[in-house]
Amino acid sequence: MSDIKKFMYVNRRAPYGTVYALESLEVVLIGAAFDQDVSLAFVGDGVYQLKAGQDSADADQKNFSPIYQALGDYDVNKLYVEQESLDERGLTLEDLMPLTYEDEDDDWAEKDSIKVVSRAEMAELMDQQDVLFNF
Amino acid sequence: MSILHTVNKSPFEKNSLDECLTHSMDGSAILLLEDGVYAAMQGTNVEADVKAAMAGKKVYVLGPDVKLRGLSSDRIIDGIETVDYAGFVDLTESNDKVQAWL
Repeated sequence: MSDIKKFMYVNRRAPYGTVYALESLEVVLIGAAFDQDVSLAFVGDGVYQLKAGQDSADADQKNFSPIYQALGDYDVNKLYVEQESLDERGLTLEDLMPLTYEDEDDDWAEKDSIKVVSRAEMAELMDQQDVLFNF
Repeated sequence: MSILHTVNKSPFEKNSLDECLTHSMDGSAILLLEDGVYAAMQGTNVEADVKAAMAGKKVYVLGPDVKLRGLSSDRIIDGIETVDYAGFVDLTESNDKVQAWL
C-alpha cells in the first residue's frame, strides 16, 4: 500500500472573519474519500476554529463548527493542536470542542481526536508529511 | 473631533489593532468586531496593550461576534463594554467620524 500518502491540512486562521476555515473543511471532506493518511494541524489563529460554544443565534453567519464533530466518521481523527498557540490566546484544551472517533482496530473504542503538541513536535509532524495544504 | 475606530482583524494575524492603538487620541472610542473581538479576551498576549489603551480611550466589543466565535462574555477584559448592532449604530452616530482599521 505504498500509494498511500500522508496529507496534512494546516489551519492557521480564525473562523468566520475569512472563508479559509470553512474552505479547509470542504477540502478535507472531499479528500477523505481517497483513503489517504490525513491529519489536520491547528496553529496560530487556527486553534480558534475548535473553540467550544460557537453560536450563530445573534449573527447572520452559519455556525459550521458541528462539521468538526463529523470528521471522525470520515476516518479523519488526527487533529494536532499547538500548545504555544493556545497559550498565546489564553486558551486551554478544555476550551475546545471535545472531538472523538471510534477506533476500528480497538473494538470501536471511543478515543479523542485532538492531540495537543508542542511547536517543535508540530514542526516534526510537518516534516514527516508527503503533502501539505495551508489554509 | 471624536473618532470611532473599528478593528475587525485578529491581533495575532494583522497589525490593525496595534496601528489603531498607536494612532488614536485619548477620548476616542474603539470598537472591536469580527475577528477583532479576540483582542477583547482576558489572558491573551495582547491583553496588556488593550488595557493600557483603556486608560484614555473607551473600548467596546460587538456581542454577536463574541457569541458566534464561542467566546464567553465573562472572559472579556473588565471595563470593555459589550454592544449589539443597535449599539454599533449609536456609536457611529455619537462620534463625528469613523476610522475603519481594515
